[in-house]
Amino acid sequence: MTSFSYWDILRNLLDAGVWTVALSLIAFFGGGIVGLVVLFLRTSKRPVLRLAMQGYINLFQGTPLLMQLFLAFFGLATLGIEVSPWFAASLALTLYTSAYLGEIWRGCVEAIPKGQWESSASLAMSYFEQMRHVILPQAVRIAIPSTVGFSVQVVKGTALASIIGFVELSKTSTMITNATFAPFTVYGTVAVLYFALCYPLSWYARRLEVRFNVAGSH
Amino acid sequence: MSLVAIKGLHKRFGALEVLKGIDLEIAPGEVVAIIGKSGSGKSTLLRTINGLEHFDAGSIDIEGERITPAATDYRALRLKVGMVFQQFNLFPHLTAGQNVMLAPTVVKKTPRAEAEKIARDMLAKVGLAEKFDAYPEKLSGGQQQRVAIARSLAMQPKVLLCDEITSALDPELVNEVLKVVEKLADEGMTLVLVTHEMRFAREVCDTLVFMHQGRVHEKGDPEKVFASPATAELAQFTSSTR
Repeated sequence: MTSFSYWDILRNLLDAGVWTVALSLIAFFGGGIVGLVVLFLRTSKRPVLRLAMQGYINLFQGTPLLMQLFLAFFGLATLGIEVSPWFAASLALTLYTSAYLGEIWRGCVEAIPKGQWESSASLAMSYFEQMRHVILPQAVRIAIPSTVGFSVQVVKGTALASIIGFVELSKTSTMITNATFAPFTVYGTVAVLYFALCYPLSWYARRLEVRFNVAGSH
Repeated sequence: MSLVAIKGLHKRFGALEVLKGIDLEIAPGEVVAIIGKSGSGKSTLLRTINGLEHFDAGSIDIEGERITPAATDYRALRLKVGMVFQQFNLFPHLTAGQNVMLAPTVVKKTPRAEAEKIARDMLAKVGLAEKFDAYPEKLSGGQQQRVAIARSLAMQPKVLLCDEITSALDPELVNEVLKVVEKLADEGMTLVLVTHEMRFAREVCDTLVFMHQGRVHEKGDPEKVFASPATAELAQFTSSTR
């Protein structure tokens, strides 16, 4: 029987951690881009678009992420579309993230005083121009702390991707435990690694919040 | 030939009818003051003229641009009609100069250098040439309002609407804003002001419109209208504000 040193365990976990980080980044940036589309449609003047986005947001916020992963992986497969765990996990996490970020950002957009919309409208600016030059630059300042804060949820959400066979930190830890029979050591290390990823984000989010509260309007 | 022609304008908020058929013509270069009690519909009337409020019946014509209740796109109208608000509504993330430059560059695609020149000219016109790089929060209320006027002027509107533009100001700052408006009036700008400044309405404006319960109750030369009100409502209003 082969024996594993702690270094062997840690090295393998760190390798797997790269995939957790990669999936988090894809979910966060992919979700950010789709979330921006969600935001624009959600605040649009057309009731149909607003309603459709409301449905989209309710769907992804009202069902477990695990079910979304299952649907992306097994659901697409039953429709005859074979997808890799990679693709399914990226897709599900991107959509999940977009629903939350879109809604967080909508709150920030709606926090901008009505007078800003009226004065920019009276200068003949279109909806898109108002958003681009007047509303979003102000909303972003309010949105950054909660957005960075939500990224912690995304990182932890990637752990669920292990269930559809995506090999990241959690999946690797189960595999190593099966080989080493040292669950406490392995899972303890994994917890520390997740913490090392998430805590700096929470800390940074808090710091941003304080800074934007103090700094005022620009 | 009138510049602005408002015909049969009706507007209701739910069960409340705030405008009950307004007819009003404004000639080029005319300076019109709209006065009246709060709730008389004067601000609502002003806001319909650049599409910030929809209306239910009637029409507004401004230099060939016709707005009806069916209108959904107000861009062409707003290129001709500027507006200054009670609360200034400057963009807080931009400097005074950038506030003035934004719409010309974005909406009219004016090249930056030219837009900057326009912005400097407009700020000079309102007496704030040296505040080009100041952020709004560093300016007094009176200065902010003058930047807001410069911002509207930079789009070269045919008509400038002023919605109680001195009402949010400390008393000592009111005059610096009124002086700018008076200068614009002297230069031939067409102005429509909703105001509580009766002395200003009397001395600077060509026409006084007294609104009461959603209608134009009385209209005419300010001196005459003030000196001999034809209706009891105006007589009561002027005596209460004197």
